[in-house]
Order: sequence, then C-alpha cells, then structure tokens
Amino acid sequence: MRSPRSFGVGGVPALSIQRRTLLKGMLGAGALAGLAGCGGGDGDGGGGGGGAVTFGSNWSDEVPKNAIAAMMKGFSGGEVSINTVDHNSFQENINNYLQGGPDDVFGWFAGYRMRFFAEQGLVGDISDVWSDIGSGFSEAMKQQSTGSDGKQYFVPLYYYPWAVFYRKSLWQERGYEPPATMDDLVALSKRMQGDGLAPIAFGDSDGWPAMGTFDYLNLRINGYDFHVELMAGEKPWNSPEVKAVFDAWRELLPYHQPDSLGRTWQEAAQSLLRKESGMYTIGMFMGQQFPEGAERDDLDFFPFPEIDPAIGTDAIEAPIDGFMMSARPRNEDDARELLRYLGTAAAGDAYLEVDPNNIGAHDDADTGGYNALQKKSQELVGAAKSISQFLDRDTRPDFASTVMIPSIQEFIRNPNDVDGLTKSIEDQKASIFGG
Amino acid sequence: MTRRQARRPKQVRTLSGIDRLTVVLMVAVPTLVVVGLVWGPALATVLLSFTDWNGIGNLADINMIGWENYQNATTNYPPFGPAVQHNVIWLVVFFFGPTLLGMVLAVMLDREIRGSRVYQSIFFMPVVLSLALVGFIWQLIYSRDQGLLNTVLGTDTDWFGDPDINLWAVLVAAGWRHTGYIMLLYLAGLKAVDPALREAAAVDGAGEVRTFLRVIWPVMRPVNIVILVITVIESLRAFDIAWVINKGRNGLELISTLVTQNVIGEASRVGFGSALATIMIAFSTVFIVIYLVQVMRERR
Repeated sequence: MRSPRSFGVGGVPALSIQRRTLLKGMLGAGALAGLAGCGGGDGDGGGGGGGAVTFGSNWSDEVPKNAIAAMMKGFSGGEVSINTVDHNSFQENINNYLQGGPDDVFGWFAGYRMRFFAEQGLVGDISDVWSDIGSGFSEAMKQQSTGSDGKQYFVPLYYYPWAVFYRKSLWQERGYEPPATMDDLVALSKRMQGDGLAPIAFGDSDGWPAMGTFDYLNLRINGYDFHVELMAGEKPWNSPEVKAVFDAWRELLPYHQPDSLGRTWQEAAQSLLRKESGMYTIGMFMGQQFPEGAERDDLDFFPFPEIDPAIGTDAIEAPIDGFMMSARPRNEDDARELLRYLGTAAAGDAYLEVDPNNIGAHDDADTGGYNALQKKSQELVGAAKSISQFLDRDTRPDFASTVMIPSIQEFIRNPNDVDGLTKSIEDQKASIFGG
Repeated sequence: MTRRQARRPKQVRTLSGIDRLTVVLMVAVPTLVVVGLVWGPALATVLLSFTDWNGIGNLADINMIGWENYQNATTNYPPFGPAVQHNVIWLVVFFFGPTLLGMVLAVMLDREIRGSRVYQSIFFMPVVLSLALVGFIWQLIYSRDQGLLNTVLGTDTDWFGDPDINLWAVLVAAGWRHTGYIMLLYLAGLKAVDPALREAAAVDGAGEVRTFLRVIWPVMRPVNIVILVITVIESLRAFDIAWVINKGRNGLELISTLVTQNVIGEASRVGFGSALATIMIAFSTVFIVIYLVQVMRERR
C-alpha cells in the first residue's frame, strides 16, 4: 500500500521527488541499463568486512523515525548507521536502489512486493536467521516472510489491520450494532441513511484506498486462496468469481459516500470524525486523523462482515512492514546479526513504545502498553487463519498502479458495465503478466 | 557576394591555434551535452519502446518485442485515448484562454496605468510559486467537502472527482499560472517596441486598436511566435497539477502522467512507458517542424 502516513492533503509532499524522478527516469532510462550491468560485479567478497552495518530506513516521518532510532540503539552487536530516505521516494526508487549500492539491511513490505525482489535475486536469503527467530512468530507471519522458493527473506516488525471503523459514541447514541453479515450491513446502512448519515465513508482520490474494499469483498466471497491466485495472475479477472465481487460492491455503492473520486482518505476519515458518516473500511492508520485523547479513544472497529458462511471471516487484511537484507551486503555477518536482533520481541517493543499506531508482529510483543484498539486489532489478527497484505502489495506493482487503480475508479464512476470492465482488466493483465 | 566568398578562405587561415581550439571546444562541448543529455536519452527511449524491459537486470536480458507496446498502448490501455484527447483540449484551451488573456493583460499594463507594478506582481505571482504549492492552494479551493468554492457557492460539486468537470477545474488552475507567464513575456516584448512607431501611428491618425493591430502586432511577430511555441510546449508537457491532484487519473489523464505512472516507481514498465513517451515525442516533433519551417521561411 502506498504508505498513507506520508501523504499530505493531496499527496503534496511527494511532488518534488516525482518531478526529479521523472527527469531521472526519462534521461536515465537508457543509461540505467548500462549502470545495472556494471553493478553486477562488485561486492563478491561480501561478508568479510567489519565497520558499521548500514541500514536503509524508509521510516522518514518524525514519530517512526524516532522509533527506528530507539530500536537500533538496542542492538549490541556493533554500530548501525541509519540512512533515512523519504518514504515515498524510497518506494519509487526501490528498483534503482537495490541495483545500485543498497544498504546492508533495509525496510520493506511483506507480500508479493517482497517475493518479487527475492525472485529477481536482489535481496538476500535469511533462512538461517529465521531458524533462530522463527519460534517467535506465528505461521502466518512466517508465510508472509517466505519467498516463492520456500526460503525466508523478510523479518516482520509490525502490522496494521484493515477493518470497518466507527465512533462508539455515535453508535451508542443511535443504538447501532456492528453488523455480522452483509444483510445486516445493508440493513444498518439503510437505517443510517434514514438518520441522515452517509453510511459508509469513502474517498478514493489517491486510487489505492478503494482496493481495501475490493480485497475484503473478494476475501469474503471467494476466500483467501482465490485472492492469492488472482493476485498472482493465475486466475482470470473476467471470471464469474470476480464479477460477483464487483456485483456485490455495486449493491453496496449506494451506501458509500457519493463523489468519492474527488475525496482523499483523510477527508473521508474526517467525515467520520464529524459524525457525518457512520463507518469506514480503512486501515488502522486512520486513527491519525482523530485528535489524540477522547476522540481517538472513541474509535472502534468491527471485522468486515461475512458474506458466504462457508468462507466466513477468518481472512484479515493486515499489511506487514519489516526488514530485508540486500543481496550482497558489505558487512554480511553483522547484517545477519542485526536481523536476528530485529526479529526479537525486545526490538519490536522498543519500536512500538515510540510509535504505538501499529501492532507488534512478534508473538511475545509486550501488549501491556496497548490501547483498547491495539488490543482488539491484535485479537482480530491473532484469530485470523490467513493474513492478506493489500491489493497493491499482493500483486505486481505495475499491474496494481497502471491497471487496477484506473479500473476501480472506472467502476466507481460507472458500476454498471462489469463485463466490459473485467474483460479490459483481463486483457491488460495478459499484456503485463504475459510479458 | 562574390567578393565575400573570395575573402572567406583567407579569414579561416588567419585563425590562430588557440582560436581554432576555442572554436572546436565551443562547438564540441555543447554538442556533447546536447547529444548526451537530449538526443541520447531520446534515442534510448525510442529503442526501449520496442522492448519489454522492466528496469531490472542487464542489457542482455532485454527482449525486443517489436510494436507490441504501441499496439497495447493504442488498443489495450483505456487511459491512452482520454490522455491524447486531454492534451489536445489543454492546447486549445490554453491557446484561446490564458494565452490571449495574458496578451491582453500585457497590452493593458503596458499603458502605464496607475498601480501597474502591483497588477504585474499579482498576475505574475502564480508563476513564481512552486507547482506543489499551486496544487495545494487549488486543492483547498476545490475540495468537495471542505473547499472554499463549495462553501462560498453553497454547492457540493465534486470539482476534482467528477471526470466531466475536473479537467476544466484543473485548466483554470493551470491557466491561472500560464496567464501570468505569457503576460510577462509579452510585456517584455511590448516594452522593447520603439515608441517612435506609436507616435508616428498617432500622428497619422490611427486609433489605439488600429495602432496595435497594424503597427505593434507585426513588429511583435518574433515574440508572438515564441509565445505560440511556449503555449504548445506547456500544453504538451502539462503534468504537475494533474499529478498533484490525483496522479493523473480519473479524467485527468495526460500522456505525461501516463509515462510517469509506467516508468517511474515500482511499476517499472519501462518499455511500455517508453512507447508512450515516444508517441509524445512524435507529437512534439510535429509542432517543432512547423515552428522551424516558420523560422526558416522568415530568414529567407
């Protein structure tokens, strides 16, 4: 997911980088090929050298940045030199970064985005680290850290679940109950409309937030395995299964806030804050839009309701952030040592103490300081049988950004041509995955 | 003519070694820069547009796939059609809107009305602001739920989200900037016009309008062409504001934003993005040729 944390009102902070990278991309498109070719030769002797371990951090916002610094202080195996790069530009430049001279250890995401680079040979196998830290993580966490070849490439730090958020005070006042099934959700939405509320807050100006709704409908209608296969490009998009997802979404759209394509997720969250909308399917980071104190404590959530009883609600969308090692670290021994440390409960606790807006990925993470929402999230994910990442973390980034974002926006604009839309997605998918 | 031709070889011979070196350097360095930074990448873009390169790996891993990217762009990429259309709309609107308005403003300000400087600064202000800031300002104005415009008008128009409206909303924002730019350029041109021409026209009994159309306008021809070219260039490379608002999607597709979406970032459909960029180069070339033909004709 495009890291909501670093967005301003309209994603403005990212602009200067975009322009720069645009230039670089245009000018460098040709030259890069040559550079990449040169880069292959060095670092063969990796693992020997001493000195500090370098750590490429994309935790560039104030709070996460301090949290990372606090976390690294706890590493006793040597010095860690932290290179912090703006979150979005780190993400935008990841291809060049990994092919150039990446830091020994760097921050990244679980899911396809991790597996993709593992397949390209751009990140290091850390299965040996996992044999030491593995006992501290659930099976689902391990699965999300494992590449297509069965080896581990990723150490999870924290996750933040997606769910349907609401304000307790408003719901108590009006006597609303969290819906367990789709029928309940529709009935509740109708009641909210009667009460003059926009039932479901919705903003998709940035393109990615609506992916969460698609994912949940897909997970509830077709299940986790189908989600994985669909994202991997193995299942066709113009299948009856996918059409069923869009059909279900069309049924729900009238209860979503209208004109969502011009609204940022922040604005949608604020409508929830102002009690103009009733609920909101979004990630836990949404809490940032609520002022700390009484209003943030008023926030609660329920898992996305069940649609097919045979499938249930045991798949939860909870993107995981964590760490990877570059393919040829300059200081390999210490890099592995650092990853061993990062995979401990103590390291995770050190991070979460400073940045409590997430849930620790480690089984033994100290939950004493968790607020009610964190505790509930932890239970939700703990009880989940499968954890999905997010549409744009579970599939090819080019497919997610150049095909799915425009397609979902097209659907929101005109929900009636599902056949045409899914065919277009499938045609484009073939051109991207087929190549 | 014959005399000059006869003299020429002698002149060349009189160049000293250092002179010759200077000339060679002055020609070679810019040539290297232009070839290396403009022609090289442009050619590389064209070449890459026939490949499926994803930005990772060696040159050896690149597969040539012929015209497939172009075929995909035109037949299997829904945003492409709207993007071309939007670029053309952008050009037409810019030409008949902000460009003409900027010229009119320049002519008015040239008449030394009181507070001319203040007006100049006001109109030129948006050009000075960074586009990130301009995008942000308009976001505050156009936001559906919290924006100034809807609050003042009492409407709930979805200025940025409705694909039938947002292009026009953005054109207003972009035009706001462009007007100031053109105004300043044209004003500079007008200041350079010999006042004697105006006086002569006035003496001959020509009115304001007639003086402008018959005397000033023809004198300003080089500036007019520059302004035309700038308008075309600005329209073709329109990018920033659309990108700030919604990354150039949902009604704001432009060729430049599509190129960026595909080439930059994790997506890295370098081959496909290069095909889109090549199409953009082709469009620009048409205008460049027209411009060059004009300039050449003038020389003759």
